Amino acid sequence: MTGPATIFDKPNTYIGQPTPRADAARLLQGRGRFVDDLQLPRMVHAAFFRSPHAHARILSIGTTAARAAPGVVAVYTGAELAEHVTPYVGVLTHLAGLRSAPQHPIAVDVARWQGEPLVMVIAQTRAQAEDACELIEADLEELPPAVDAEAALTADAPVIHADFGSNLAWERKVDVGHIDNAFAAPDVTIVEREFRFGRHTGVTLESRGTVCDFDPSEQTLTMHYSGQAPHMMQVILSRHIGVAEENVRVISNDVGGSFGIKIHTYGDEIAAAAAAKLLKRPVKFIADRMESFMTDIHARDHVVKARMGISAEGSIVGIDFHDLTGVGPYSMYPRTSAIECNQVLNLTGAPYALENYRAHGQVVFQNKNMMCQYRAVGHPIAMAVADGLLEDAARAIGMDPVEVRRRNLMRDDSYPRASASGMKLDDLSHQKALEKLVEIMDYDALRADQIKMREKGVYRGIGFVSMVEVTNPSPMFYGIGGAHIASMDGATVRLDAAGALHVSSSITEQGQGTNAILGQIAAGVFGVPIERVKVTTGDTATVPYGGGTWASRGAGIGGEAMLQAAHALKTQVLDVAGVMLQSPVAALDIRDGAVVDAETGAERITLDALARTVYYRGNELPSDLKPELIATRHYRVTDFPFVFTNGAMAAHVEVDTETGFVKVLHFWAVEDCGRVINPMLVDEQVRGGVVQGIGGALYEECLYSPEGQLLNTSMADYIVPMASEMPEITVAHIETPTKTSVLGAKGAGEAGTGGAPAALLNAVNDALSPLNTSIWQMPMTPERILKALGKV
Amino acid sequence: MSKTQDISLTVNGEVLTANVPVRMNLVDFLRHEAGLTGSHVGCEHGVCGACTIEVNGDTVRGCLMLAVQANGATVTTIEGLADSGRSAALIAAFTRRNALQCGFCTPGMLASAIAYVEGGGIADKQAIRDHISGNYCRCTGYQSIVDAIHDVVTEGASA
Repeated sequence: MTGPATIFDKPNTYIGQPTPRADAARLLQGRGRFVDDLQLPRMVHAAFFRSPHAHARILSIGTTAARAAPGVVAVYTGAELAEHVTPYVGVLTHLAGLRSAPQHPIAVDVARWQGEPLVMVIAQTRAQAEDACELIEADLEELPPAVDAEAALTADAPVIHADFGSNLAWERKVDVGHIDNAFAAPDVTIVEREFRFGRHTGVTLESRGTVCDFDPSEQTLTMHYSGQAPHMMQVILSRHIGVAEENVRVISNDVGGSFGIKIHTYGDEIAAAAAAKLLKRPVKFIADRMESFMTDIHARDHVVKARMGISAEGSIVGIDFHDLTGVGPYSMYPRTSAIECNQVLNLTGAPYALENYRAHGQVVFQNKNMMCQYRAVGHPIAMAVADGLLEDAARAIGMDPVEVRRRNLMRDDSYPRASASGMKLDDLSHQKALEKLVEIMDYDALRADQIKMREKGVYRGIGFVSMVEVTNPSPMFYGIGGAHIASMDGATVRLDAAGALHVSSSITEQGQGTNAILGQIAAGVFGVPIERVKVTTGDTATVPYGGGTWASRGAGIGGEAMLQAAHALKTQVLDVAGVMLQSPVAALDIRDGAVVDAETGAERITLDALARTVYYRGNELPSDLKPELIATRHYRVTDFPFVFTNGAMAAHVEVDTETGFVKVLHFWAVEDCGRVINPMLVDEQVRGGVVQGIGGALYEECLYSPEGQLLNTSMADYIVPMASEMPEITVAHIETPTKTSVLGAKGAGEAGTGGAPAALLNAVNDALSPLNTSIWQMPMTPERILKALGKV
Repeated sequence: MSKTQDISLTVNGEVLTANVPVRMNLVDFLRHEAGLTGSHVGCEHGVCGACTIEVNGDTVRGCLMLAVQANGATVTTIEGLADSGRSAALIAAFTRRNALQCGFCTPGMLASAIAYVEGGGIADKQAIRDHISGNYCRCTGYQSIVDAIHDVVTEGASA
C-alpha cells in the first residue's frame, strides 16, 4: 500500500521517536482508574461458591441459611440464573468439527472443573457475601474425573459430555510433501523427541473483575470491564442477558495487565451482569487471587511427539509431529480453545524452507480449568518444537546451530511465499535478523567462554530461536468462523476550537502504550505538538466500532486507522485554510499547530485561529464552504490472513548441575515488527514478553492432583519471574514495513513470549550436552534438570 | 469481642477516624474507606507487593496488616508520596524509562523504590533487583524499573 510520502519525512513527525507515554504520570501518582477503584451508589458485591470437585453431579443446593445471613441481598444458583441468561457454546465454523457443549455462567446440573461457579451470593459487602458462601449447603455426588489429557482419550476414560461419546473436541491434520520418503532417504539423520509443555496462566496483577450497573428506566446495562475487547463484550452481554445491543455500554479504563486472559467470557462476570439487571443496581465482582488461579484461562498444556530429518549437509528435509492439548471441560467462548493447537499446526517450522511437513493436532476435553488464548497463542510450542529439534539435529550431525539456520531459513529476497503449512508470508527478514543477533551477542566470544568455563566445571549454554509471530489478524482469524468479533478498527480525530486534537479509537490500552502511539501518529501525521492530542479509548459509547487490542493488532490495525483519519482531517483542514488564505492547498502544510507555507515553513494561520473562525464566525467564510473538522477512518487487513513478523533471539544460561537451577545470564532479541512507531515502547514490550516466556520455560506451572485439584492457587506456591532472577535483555530491530498498510507497522507484543522458551530450552540443552543428557519438558524446574542428570 | 473498633490514624498528613471491622486489612481500609485507591491489591498474602505502603517510616504490606493495627500510626501512600514531592525524581525516571506498563504494580514498586533510594541504596543493578524482588511486575520484565531506580540513585549521588 502506498501513501502520502510526507507522513514519515516531515520535520515534526513523532513516528519513530521514543516519546514517553502521557498516561504514565497518572499511574505514577496513584491516580489510575481500575475497576475495583469504582464505588457506585447502591453498589452490592458478588462472591461465588465454587465446585470443590473436578467433576460432580449437583444433587441439591441449600441456600436458606445463606439468604438469611447478614447483609445478603440475593442468592442465585445455576438453575435460577439459567432462567435469565442463555447458555453459550465456544465453537467457530472455520475450525471444522470443533465441538463443545452449552455452558452456563453458573453450573446447572454437573460441575466440570474445580472452581466452576455453583452459587452466586450478592451482599452489601464482599466479606458478607463470602461469609454467606460458607453457609451454602451443596449436596454433590463426585463423578470420576478425566484429568490427564493423554488418558482422557482412552476407551475407559470418563466422558465429560456424554452426547459426544468421547473427550475429543477437535482434530486437524496437515500433510504436505512426502515426509516418509524424505525421512527414508539415505543420508538423512532423524531426531525424535517428546516435548511436554506445562499449563501456566497469565497472573495479571490486577485480577479479573467487573462492576455492572443496570438502569431499568432506560433499559441500559453498563459494564465496567477490565478487558481488551469492549465491543465483543457488548455483543455477548446483549445476546446472553437479553439487553438490546445499543443499550449495552462497556467501559474499559485502566487495565492492570491482560495478556489475553481478559478477552474471554467468564461465568462469574456474566453472572454479575445478570445480577445487576435482576437487582437493578450496581454489582461488583472482583476475583481474588485463588479464584484467578482456578478460573482465569490457563494456557499451553501440550504433549508433542515430533521428528525432524536433516541431511548430512544440514538441510532440514521435514518435520512430522503429533500435538495433544488438554483444554478443560468446554471450549472457551467465543474464541474457542482450538486456536492454540491450530496455531501450532500453522506455525511450526514456518521460518524454514521446508518441503515436507506432517502434523496432527488433537484437542481434548478434561476436568481441569479451561485453556484458551494467552499471550503468544501456540507460538511457544511451535517454536520450541521446531527449533528444539533443529538444535538437536545440529548436535546429531555436528554442525553449529547458527550454521544450520543459515542453510534453512527462508531467504529475505524470497517473499512473497508460503510456509509448508500454507501460511502466506511477506516482508520478513530471518536472515538479517539472525546475522544481527550473532553480531550483537558476540557469538564467537560466548562460545570461547563456554569452552573455558566447562574446563572449570561450569556448564553454560547458548540457545537460539528463529521465529515468526502472527500479528494484525484479518477477518480470517475469528469473523470468518461466525464470531461476533471485529477485525477492523476505527479512529476519529477532531480539531477543537483551541486548535487541539481529540482522538478516539476502538483499540484499547492495557499498558502497551496504545494511547501513546495513537497520539504520536495523530500528532505527527496531522501536525500538532503531541501535548495537544487527547486520546480516548475503551468506551463503546464514544469510540468507533472495532476489535480492541489483542493478537498484536493494536498498533498495526488501530494505528493505520489513526494514520488515515489524521491524514483525512489534515486534507479537510487544508481545504478550509486554502479558502481562508486564498492559497492553493498544495502550497500549504500543517506543522506544529499552524498552517504554514509548505516551501518555507512560514506560518500562515494558527490552527486555533482557523478553528475559531470556523466554529464562531462562519459568517466570514463563503457559504458554499462546508468545513468538516472531524474525520473517521477504519482499517482492516485485506490481502493476508495475518501479517507475520519475524525475530531471532538467543539465551545465555548457566546450569548448576548440583542444584538443577538455571541462571539466565543474558538474553538478546532482534525483532522485525515493521515500522517502529515508538522504539522505547516496542523494546519494553519485547522485554516484558521475554520475561513472560522465561516464566513459562523455567518456573510457572498449574499443578493438578490426579483427582483434578489445583494444588498451587496462591502466588506463594505458583512461581513467577521476579527481578532478582531476571537477566538484562538486549533488544535490536530490523525494520521491514508491511506493504499491507501505509503505516507499515506489524505487531510486537507477543514475540518475546513466543520465542524465549525455545531459546531457553536450546540453551539449557546446549549446557547439558557435554553431560550427554537433555530435557524436553517445560518448565525446566531444578527437579526436572536433576532428573535429566540422573541425580534424583 | 466487638466486631468493629474505632481507629484514628494519620494518612498522608491528614488525621482519619473510623469505625472499622476488626478483620478489615489496612489496604482495604485505605482503598475503600479512605478512598485512596492508589494502593492496589494483587495477591492478598504479602507476595506481590502491589499494596506496599509506608507505616511509621517502615515499608509495609498493606494486605498483611489489619486496619486496627494501624491505630495511631502514620501512613503514607502513593498519593502522599506524589503530593509531597518525595517521589518526584522516581516519577520522572520511571516516565523517561517507561518503567511501567499497566501501572498496577507501580504504586508498590515506587514505595519499595523510595525506601531503597532514601535508605542510601547504592547504584548497583543487582542490589536494586534484589531490593525490588518482593514486587511482582508482569509487564516490564523489570529492566526498565531497575534502570529508573539506578538513574535516581546516580542523580542523587551527583546532586
